[in-house]
Amino acid sequence: MKTFFFHLMPYADLDLSYTDRHNSAWVTLPNSYFDPAVGEKLYARYIGELELADRLGFDGICVNEHHQTAYGLMPAPNLIAAALARSTQQAKIAILGRALPLVSNPVAVAEEFAMLDHLSGGRIITGFVRGIGTEYFASGVNPTHSHGRYYEAHELILRAWTEVGPFRYHGRHYQFDYVNLWPRPLQRPHPPVWIPSQGSSETVEWCASAKRKYTYLQTFSPVKSAKKAFDLYRQVAERDGYESTPSQLGWAIPTYVAESDEIARREIKPHIEAFFNKFLHYPLEMRMPPGYSSIASTKSLIESKFAFRMMEMTAENLIELGMVVAGSAATVRERLAAYARDLGVGNLIAMLQIATLPADLTEKNLRLFARDVMPHLREQEAQQPMPMAATA
Amino acid sequence: MGRPMRQTEIEVAGTTLACREAGAGATVLFLHDAAGASWDPLLDALSIRYRVLAPEHPGFGRGKIPDWMLSVGDVAFCYLDLLHALDLRDVHLVGHGLGGWIAAEIAIRSSTRLASLALLAPAGVESLEAPFDDIFAWTAEEFARRQFHNPELARDWQRAQAELDIDVVLQNRTALARLAWNPRMHNPQLAYWLHRIDVPTLLVWGEEDRVVPFACHTPFKRAIPRAELVALPQSGHALPIERAREIAPRLEAFFQGAKGSKG
Repeated sequence: MKTFFFHLMPYADLDLSYTDRHNSAWVTLPNSYFDPAVGEKLYARYIGELELADRLGFDGICVNEHHQTAYGLMPAPNLIAAALARSTQQAKIAILGRALPLVSNPVAVAEEFAMLDHLSGGRIITGFVRGIGTEYFASGVNPTHSHGRYYEAHELILRAWTEVGPFRYHGRHYQFDYVNLWPRPLQRPHPPVWIPSQGSSETVEWCASAKRKYTYLQTFSPVKSAKKAFDLYRQVAERDGYESTPSQLGWAIPTYVAESDEIARREIKPHIEAFFNKFLHYPLEMRMPPGYSSIASTKSLIESKFAFRMMEMTAENLIELGMVVAGSAATVRERLAAYARDLGVGNLIAMLQIATLPADLTEKNLRLFARDVMPHLREQEAQQPMPMAATA
Repeated sequence: MGRPMRQTEIEVAGTTLACREAGAGATVLFLHDAAGASWDPLLDALSIRYRVLAPEHPGFGRGKIPDWMLSVGDVAFCYLDLLHALDLRDVHLVGHGLGGWIAAEIAIRSSTRLASLALLAPAGVESLEAPFDDIFAWTAEEFARRQFHNPELARDWQRAQAELDIDVVLQNRTALARLAWNPRMHNPQLAYWLHRIDVPTLLVWGEEDRVVPFACHTPFKRAIPRAELVALPQSGHALPIERAREIAPRLEAFFQGAKGSKG
């Protein structure tokens, strides 16, 4: 199994009492809550943490894109990736991902990724997302065009990477008379594409199709939902006439290692609760702008209490649901190895910094994980090939 | 009570519009607001002396919207096609909120088949003094509360909405977003063409409107040559429900006066 360190770069100094006056950490939380002096320090700290992961031997480091939120300070993730491209040596740099429908020029995304590919010596992994519902409030992009723009932008970017230009592209949402990428990307035929999602079956099927075989990355889900998505991926692969491998699947999960189970649970508790209850806090109307999802998936979201977050999450029930792994190195090893076996997943995207988790605990977490968990997960892959899921 | 209402369908512009209809006489074409089509007390009252035709906008309810139909301008052309298809003449065009915006976009394109235009708290033109609040950020409760001046009516209305098929409610929201997400609920170009409206025009506005603020009447009043304003004190946005009794006779008198007075 390959291990990645995923950083969201939250505004860790967020005044958590903001919920007394505001109903969202996204879009409408006044940016008077952001102190620029703190911001400068946080960027330096977070980039340092990603660089440390490179030195500690992680297979990759990951960044992502969100807008107008304390949840993450990377509205332009490629800027961070560019800094990392020059300051890291061996780790893959995964941008998970750019929110395609939000941009008016997808060719610019193809260009930026191609540049990053050269700057990093072919170490980038690209990611394409639609952005969450709130981004449509932040960007003004019409959510009813979200799917259409996503698929068109994706097609345009892939063609820009792989076809000899100049060529003409006239879609419904994007029109270009000249597409002719300078530079072409370094990796052939193009940089790997990973697709993060919370398990929409439409997305899983799209990734798994033999035409794409994109790595599918499950984020923030109970282990049960992750299993369902991964099983679907394998079924679609089989239906499409090929056998998918664990390397086509990834699982992103907040992970915390400490000296003992007891210490780990005590140390991570306030931060993981802040993450789910304060940083991932927004009204339903912003989570689900009209047209962002199909009527059917909107209905199933409304019906699912989990998505609604009706209840305050506690560290205990998050661990129980398999949405967080925390414990001693032995416990975390065992847990992750079991998940890897059961889920048949080949990429672990460990979120080792989360919400308010401070620098010292983040560094401890990174070092313990790298020393006492990572080598074991790697070995396990060599000794025990992942079983294929039972077919449906 | 008005005349019995019947539901029909009209094929136009590559789509099928569901339509509510009642009464006989000169045609009143009524265009509904953001929440979707319903047979409001105002329509019932008008059906006593007029033929009231109230289509559901493309994409609302259970209706389809053609892929290419993306803007309120497209919908305006769709209704111009409808007037042509049914060969309607001397039509009294009435629009409320979103429907008022559509009605204005129809009238700037062509008033050939119109006798008059009545805009009930129309969206479509934003006033710098009173920008719209974000209709898409409202909860169902806030949406209802803002429609009405009388909180009791808001509660009744919200209860009735909750009884509707969830598919229809979601479809209405999606159709609204498609047409009016950005710029929110208006078209910055519209104000520059309002001067083209050459039929008698009545603006009806609740002074306490919390959806399309009263101050938004100014650009309409200023730009439309023969516009008259009826300002209703103690009134919110849901005029066809909350103020049907006051508005129906005002509209009828206005329709009478407009007959044959086209400029």
